[in-house]
Amino acid sequence: MKLQSVIFCLAMLLSSTFAISAEKPLRIGMVTDVGGVNDQSFNQSAWEGLQKAKKELAVKASYQESKQDADYPANLETLYDAGNDLIWGIGFKMADAILKAAKQNPKQKYAIIDYSFGDKTPPNVVGVMFKAEEGAFLAGYIAAKMSKTGSVGFIGGMSVPIIHAFQYGFKAGAKFANPKINVLEQYSESFTDAAKGKAIANQMISKNADVVFHAAGAVGDGVIEAAKEKNKMAVGVDRDQNYLAPKNVITSSMKRVDSAIFEVTSQLKKGVFLGGTTQNFGLKDGAVDIAPTTSKMVPTSLLTEVTALKKKIADGKIKVPSSEAGYTAFAKTLK
Amino acid sequence: MKKFLLSFLCVLSGLLFGALILKLSGISPIEAYKVMWNGAFSRPSYIAYIIIRSTPLILTGLSVAFAFRTGLFNIGSEGQFIMGALSAAYFGYMFHFNPWIQIPLVLGLSVLISALYGGLAGFMKARFGVHEVISTIMLNWIALYFSNFMVNLEGFHKANTETTEFIQPASSITLLENWKSSVAGMSWFSRHEFLNEFFRPPVNAGIFLAIIAVVIVWIILTKTSFGFKLKAVGLSPEAARYAGINVKKKMTQSMMIAGGLSGLAGATHVMGVAKNIAILAAHEGYGFDGIAVSLIGSNTPFGSLIAGFFLGTLKYSGQKIQSALEAPSEVIGIMIGAIIFFIAIPVVFERFLKIWEKK
Repeated sequence: MKLQSVIFCLAMLLSSTFAISAEKPLRIGMVTDVGGVNDQSFNQSAWEGLQKAKKELAVKASYQESKQDADYPANLETLYDAGNDLIWGIGFKMADAILKAAKQNPKQKYAIIDYSFGDKTPPNVVGVMFKAEEGAFLAGYIAAKMSKTGSVGFIGGMSVPIIHAFQYGFKAGAKFANPKINVLEQYSESFTDAAKGKAIANQMISKNADVVFHAAGAVGDGVIEAAKEKNKMAVGVDRDQNYLAPKNVITSSMKRVDSAIFEVTSQLKKGVFLGGTTQNFGLKDGAVDIAPTTSKMVPTSLLTEVTALKKKIADGKIKVPSSEAGYTAFAKTLK
Repeated sequence: MKKFLLSFLCVLSGLLFGALILKLSGISPIEAYKVMWNGAFSRPSYIAYIIIRSTPLILTGLSVAFAFRTGLFNIGSEGQFIMGALSAAYFGYMFHFNPWIQIPLVLGLSVLISALYGGLAGFMKARFGVHEVISTIMLNWIALYFSNFMVNLEGFHKANTETTEFIQPASSITLLENWKSSVAGMSWFSRHEFLNEFFRPPVNAGIFLAIIAVVIVWIILTKTSFGFKLKAVGLSPEAARYAGINVKKKMTQSMMIAGGLSGLAGATHVMGVAKNIAILAAHEGYGFDGIAVSLIGSNTPFGSLIAGFFLGTLKYSGQKIQSALEAPSEVIGIMIGAIIFFIAIPVVFERFLKIWEKK
């Protein structure tokens, strides 16, 4: 009798494991980079995008955080084994791991944020890139106009092309607003060390900068904290970071990783997967923009100027530089 | 038998306490443990990943355990790991020899450099009385920033990334690496499903090196007069000195060996798994986990081996709860911590008993 009930229980357990539901929703998984899913930045934004897709497109979403760079292949495999239809790698750091996984599992669909494999994109991978410089340009314009000291600061995570886009876009915007503006620039060599961000921001403030902009992931938490303590202005990145210091974060250069993820997911829902290509999202697509909370701190007259600028950028009348060479050429046109 | 029962009870209470934490976080403990079990053992590739993950933990655990037997608390395992990894990445990229020369050379240099790095803390303790806990903690940060400095070095840094160049194929200790992706290899593997899956992850020779290191350390500690002297220093430095043992020299030597073991962990990790190193924002924790491994393994070589596998399994399979049940990684961390805490209790308990008896 006892044995029978044990077998019965086991059978129940097994059947529940192998039960297949009639309707199979799309399964989307994402692997974060070492920043983790609560980085107040692009990883978090990516997860917000997937949660939106979960609600509106009825897909199943899950995430897997990475603690070390060596975790990427194992985490990608975990999501592969979980039977996901599409696996996202969040951030350029995952490029090597995605490429390897895509070659190993040619039938699995992958997508990566902030990286382009160019012509060598495997047919089962979509690269997603942002014209981050366009949002940074607007942020730089606002920062320069809001600055009273004539000095603004930029803090980058690491000297890589993705961050250069923010740096030179911001610098171009600032110079466009005020050719005499002084732009301080420094790299924190980290995307996670908030204490370092605070130290650099404090240093910039002591050098007379009154607006600091960061493109450095979680390092930015420290930057915004420094601005809050010294009652200076800060510009957030990736997401609308106004909530971190409502009186100090005047605007944020938003990179809507969430809307890009949502867009690609809804394409997939319709049965479209642009494998082998890189999709570029910019101001025109609404994937790059300044934060809606900008109106709280910035005067209406400046906002009108920004709206006019947006149109010029979207129409291609202003070509925003994304690299040092591009910036040098851009700076010449200003004089 | 009594000891076995005690360990079993500890693991059980650890799992129960972990279940409580999961329950409090609104996650079904039964589901979670099921996911962990399946995530650890249901496929050959998972077992391979566990072996890969456990290798550095076994070695850093061994490093901490070894120093502990000489009465030294090696918190510097983390920094020694970094020095080993850095050396392996650097020499592994710079040298161009035949694999038969290249691999031993790169491994040897990495172990030597991290041994000197570990020995530095031992020397400072012996010569100037600087406590090794303080010095090794600081040396950890020196190693971290030195490594970050080296990663950015021209000619070693890979452009447009935050990593270094990959090591030369001749420095790789990943098993069957080229053959796996060759036509002959792929057709062979397609006929052997189990091995195909097992070798999909970067299975490497590091585990053999770790097991060899465990055996060597066991021989040193139990079969040689050198090991006897080291242990004598650990048990009572004063008595050892009275017996004519050069305590200062033994401390330096012990820390050198401990450093070398941690360095070997870093080197095998780079040569077998990572293939390069990246800029570190914070410590990755391989060395700190080694302290837990050593503690669970009651500071013995074979204990470290088993404890290394145990912690490796927990860490690898614990992560899987995240995507399966949407558990935040903090909860997973607390759960693993609770399990380790309970398992370490008999060691602590025994310690207390010993002190009690001495009084």
